[in-house]
Amino acid sequence: MTAASAATAAPASSALDLREFRVTQRRQDTRDTATLSLAPLSGHPLDFSAGQFTMVYAFGVGEVPLSISGDPAGGKPLLHTIRDVGGVTHTLTRLRRGDVVGIRGPYGHGWDVTDGRGGDVVLVAGGIGLAPLRPALLQILAHRSEYKRVVLLYGTRTPEDVLYADELEHWRGRFDLEVEVTVDYGPPQWRGKVGLVTSLIPRAGFDPSTTLALVCGPEAMMRYVGSALVDRGVPRRRIRLSMERAMDCGVGLCGHCQLRELFVCVDGPVFGYDRLERLLWLREV
Amino acid sequence: MTTTTDEVRDLLATHCFTRDMPDEYVERVVAHAELVGVPAGTTLFREGQPAQQLYLLVEGRVSIEMHVPGRGEQVVDTVEPCETVGWSWLVPPYRWFFDARATTDVRTVQVDAAALRALAEDDPGFGYALMRRVAAVMLERMQAARLRLADVYGNPQP
Repeated sequence: MTAASAATAAPASSALDLREFRVTQRRQDTRDTATLSLAPLSGHPLDFSAGQFTMVYAFGVGEVPLSISGDPAGGKPLLHTIRDVGGVTHTLTRLRRGDVVGIRGPYGHGWDVTDGRGGDVVLVAGGIGLAPLRPALLQILAHRSEYKRVVLLYGTRTPEDVLYADELEHWRGRFDLEVEVTVDYGPPQWRGKVGLVTSLIPRAGFDPSTTLALVCGPEAMMRYVGSALVDRGVPRRRIRLSMERAMDCGVGLCGHCQLRELFVCVDGPVFGYDRLERLLWLREV
Repeated sequence: MTTTTDEVRDLLATHCFTRDMPDEYVERVVAHAELVGVPAGTTLFREGQPAQQLYLLVEGRVSIEMHVPGRGEQVVDTVEPCETVGWSWLVPPYRWFFDARATTDVRTVQVDAAALRALAEDDPGFGYALMRRVAAVMLERMQAARLRLADVYGNPQP
């Protein structure tokens, strides 16, 4: 969608409405990352698709776009996994049970994981990028028989930075899910792999011709992951990447998240690699 | 544990380092190779020791480590099946720059490095084929190291 068409598709005012959610649980995932479980003060739980994001408002501090990390099956709490990287996220990661935040959304196009039915699915996550992929994986696992091989490849900085460590351990124990984790730096007691997440792709157990690949992580990582998946034989149109930009309005009006001709908030945040590849290699776009 | 030449030949036919090498060249490698089993925890070599072998990993995982005073052994990379351990055997002074340790039980084809160097000297065609493969490994490792230096998972600067 172009800027012009995004503007013509301006949403109804309700799309900008702020709802209040109460923190029902807070979990410290890593030294700088926490997951908040949120329930609406009134009305229905938030319905969303895997890969969508919301605008989360820390009252009196500011608003940030955050990918939803919870289960997209209806009726579940809204989960946001937040890394402390700035003023608003610093506040959000320190909220406690009972605190209230504002939520707008959900916004954007998600992973559309059902496109992978009947074939293999590989999810490639880097760092905090595992959070937006978690809903996709939960959706796939809830309908596991509809997919063939499912592979999760996860790379992060150190073993201490591994997100959802308990859940990864549980997933690794399943017979119908291949999970590989690698870190950039490993202490002596680390028994896993050390190296880039791209190094996991050549040996992962999926058939590229039937694979839907879902990728989320730092842009530099996604550039190389995209190339590695293409080298492995996955068609570009079957590779999807979730982009992070400074979404502000969330509905294609302000242009803060513009990526050349694309508005990340409404055209994405999930894009096909066939559409994104060229832009990923342009500097300062 | 050592095994037959036929088994080594079969393994090299599928190993990423040698699988697209002409049969004639593979035979030369086979003549100087043996399949070795290494128990988990065994140190294959240490920094500063003479680099006398090329290791073509068949099974298991090997960690490449460096001792940092005050921090102990730091794992800087891991090597998986179908990958190779080390290239210091190819370039003077033929000494390892890191430690290598089997973190699981490992099976590896070990190739005598001095013999490989002699073969490369005698036949530039073989030498070029060998160098191309080693260069590919070096390039991959160097790019990976540079990307890790970029610390893409680190906190963005405000």
